[in-house]
Parts: sequence; C-alpha cells; structure tokens
Amino acid sequence: MSTVRLSSEPIQPGALLAGFCQGREETGAVVSFTGLARGEKGAVTALELDAYPGFTDAAIHEHAKTAKTRFELQDVLIVHRIGRIAPGEPIVFVAAAAAHRRAAFDGADFLMDYLKSRAPFWKKSHEADGARWIEPTARDYEDAARWDTPMRKDAE
Amino acid sequence: MRVLLFGALGDLAGWREQMLDPAPETLFALRDRLTRDDAALGAALRGRGVQAAVDKVVVRGDAALSSASEVAFLPPMSGG
Repeated sequence: MSTVRLSSEPIQPGALLAGFCQGREETGAVVSFTGLARGEKGAVTALELDAYPGFTDAAIHEHAKTAKTRFELQDVLIVHRIGRIAPGEPIVFVAAAAAHRRAAFDGADFLMDYLKSRAPFWKKSHEADGARWIEPTARDYEDAARWDTPMRKDAE
Repeated sequence: MRVLLFGALGDLAGWREQMLDPAPETLFALRDRLTRDDAALGAALRGRGVQAAVDKVVVRGDAALSSASEVAFLPPMSGG
C-alpha cells in the first residue's frame, strides 16, 4: 500500500507519523522525513507550490511503487503541501515502513531525492524584491542521480 | 475543451485555466490558436523543456483533441 496526498492545509507531521505507526506488528522500522520551508534569513517570505492534481499525485504514486519494490517497503505515506507556505511550515512529509531499518532509511531517502528534483511541482519563491520561479539545484540533481546506477543493492 | 497552464506559463499568460469552444482538432492547432491570442505565450509554449499533457498523460509531438480534452502545458518541473 502507498498513500500520496497533496494538501493545501498545513501538515501535522507528528499526527501523520503516529497514525502511520499504528497496527504494525510486522514492520520493525519506520523512517520519516519532514521538510520545512526555509526562510533564508528573512529573504524568503513564502514559497508557493503549483501542482497538477491528478497528474502530480499520480506521478508520485508511480515513484512510490518503484520504491516499494526496490527497497521491499511494506508501506509508504507521502503528504506534500501545495499553495502558499510560510517559512518554518512543513512542506513535505514522507514515511517508509519496512521489516528492517536499512530498507526504511534508503526508501525514504530515495523518495525524497525524487520529490526534490523530479516530481511535477512548480515552485515560486516570494522574496522582498519580488517573486521568482525556481528550478532544482545542481545538488538536487546529483542527489537524485545517486539512485540511477548502479543500484545500491547490486553494489553490496 | 479545458486548457491549463502551470508555473511560470500561468504568470506570463495572466490565466491558468481557459475553456475553448469549439476545440482545436489537434495539439499543434491549439498551440497555434494560443499563439495568435498571445505571441509571448506562444513562444514560451515552444520553449525548452515545456511539455504538454492531454488528459493528464504527457504526449510528444502532435495529438488529436476533442471538446472533452483537457490539455495542460507544463514548464520544466522544479521538484517540491
């Protein structure tokens, strides 16, 4: 099972994690990641995330399925904010459940690298002197490329 | 038909959603139609990395459209 949600309402990471951990007698490991909108020392007044409902969530869902197969995850939960997000607010929550911790860590890491660089969002940064659309950084692309080849499991 | 613009394309055009009736018969015809209304948007739709999706599926090249089609123009994606 994997669940993907786009939310225009604030994300409550604690409640999401508590809910995700319930009823898991065979899980063993849950890794969660919460990304917060960064204020860049006051330079950024808000982030605005544009998404295409029905397309963006479907693309993320496909990637969650890939992650589940690749890392033998039992379950994935991804909640992504859309719309206007103030500095300090959670922008993304990812949780991965697996029988053992390494799979859960790797699965969550893999999903986040995808979400940061390749997921179909359009991100606008509102700053003191105006707003600009931003693209993934070189670092985001490098992080995502770590998973391309060779597969980590194959390299073991 | 429904036409959607995302990200910077919406800001450039000044709209994010438009209903077109009658619908152009093909994706290329739709793009030409939008270009006639707004040359700057037309150039942006042909820009590097801009993709089109018909009924939420990315298409390459031209595609047939109908009055029930939903066409979205997607600028390069930023990630979340």
